Amino acid sequence: MKQFSVKTIVAIGIGAALFFVLGRFVAIPSPVPNTNISIQYGLLAFIAAIFGPLAGVLIGLIGHALIDFSYGWGIWWSWVVASAIFGGFVGIWFKKLSLYDGVFGKKQIILFNLYQIIGHIIAWGIVAPLLDILIYAEPANKVFTQGLVAGAANIVTTAVIGSILCIAYAAAKPKRDSLAKE
Amino acid sequence: MTNIFNYIDRQSPVHRLTGATKLICLIFWTFAAMSSYDTRFLALLAVLSVFLFTLSRLRLRDVSFMIGFTVVFMLLNNILIFVFSPEHGVAIYGTRHVLFTIVGRYIVTREQLFFHLNLILKYFATIPFVLLFVSTTNPSEFAASLNRVGVNYKIAYAVALALRYIPDIQHEYRDISLSLQARGVELSRKESVIKRLKSAATVLIPLILSSLDRIEIISNAMELRSFGKHKKRTWYMGYPFTRSDFLAIIISLLLLLGSVFLTVVNKGRFYNPFL
Repeated sequence: MKQFSVKTIVAIGIGAALFFVLGRFVAIPSPVPNTNISIQYGLLAFIAAIFGPLAGVLIGLIGHALIDFSYGWGIWWSWVVASAIFGGFVGIWFKKLSLYDGVFGKKQIILFNLYQIIGHIIAWGIVAPLLDILIYAEPANKVFTQGLVAGAANIVTTAVIGSILCIAYAAAKPKRDSLAKE
Repeated sequence: MTNIFNYIDRQSPVHRLTGATKLICLIFWTFAAMSSYDTRFLALLAVLSVFLFTLSRLRLRDVSFMIGFTVVFMLLNNILIFVFSPEHGVAIYGTRHVLFTIVGRYIVTREQLFFHLNLILKYFATIPFVLLFVSTTNPSEFAASLNRVGVNYKIAYAVALALRYIPDIQHEYRDISLSLQARGVELSRKESVIKRLKSAATVLIPLILSSLDRIEIISNAMELRSFGKHKKRTWYMGYPFTRSDFLAIIISLLLLLGSVFLTVVNKGRFYNPFL
């Protein structure tokens, strides 16, 4: 399997470290008191779009589990799995996004945001609440509201941060076939 | 800052167990606590984990910071559940004993209070154990234990890399953010949320680009050393099992089986004292 190259493994490690640092220490205070905006999903979508679904799943899984560990409230499996699924979903389309080739125009921006919105809806609107009900037997309307709020916030942050990161990355990378034979 | 996972090096029976044992016990234990809603069983787990906590010679002061987070999280969660679904306990236990009315549909029932008691007990059954795991397991040993438990060593190595580079990236993030703030990028509450997100992205761009370089360098170094050539790998921090390791695993396995057994006996996950 080409996916499991040394580079992917290192990308998973560093990506999870980035995810952890952003999720744990970089808190952007939101208008709602006691809630912080989590910007790590923009990063997760970006890295998944470069390195593919395996990297996306594992960065979500490892990064989120480490964050939960460091707070000491136990691993909230339902939300950890949702993070992993979001990373994996965006990663599936990495070939289509062709970010690795340094191309990121209007078409790719639209596609990227389409995938991340669908990914967030699946992760926070369906997977996380269902697992919450299944594992922790919590009331349905509570977990669906929580998931919806979290999902909406994540969609906005991913749209802003993920897109900016993709554009900056593509600009910094030499384009494929950028050398012309004279 | 260097010790984000709060590892505390002391001499105790819990510290002497191998990381793999503690990880296996943690998995069994959290699954047992997760699957059962039997009050008696959760109380037993809670008492046991507090006992283990004292056995490990950790002091409450060592983990007070993490406990603070957890208590806030637990309270918020309980309040949210009551706000959204004050009749959740009634739906689960099938009876209705009204205690008093707060306002409108917020009627306090014994079933609801009992459900909240179970929820809180669940926290007390798992959290001391997780704290115990985090505080007594050396992070470097953690990756070796993952591999021992059966996780592919490449993934275990990715975890080891993450743990190794978290402090570096944290440092780098702080440097970049401070230098950008010195140049006038506003990250505080004074700006609107969207503006703040955009300035966060300005900080992230150099961080990400340098991290991508880092990925390149590390993977080249690993490839030069033929990483991934063999099916197995040894770990500097991997220790052999001793008798107490087996004992700990057997006890936690019994607890997990007990939880499954109770689910069968109670005909469901809940223990119902109202019938």
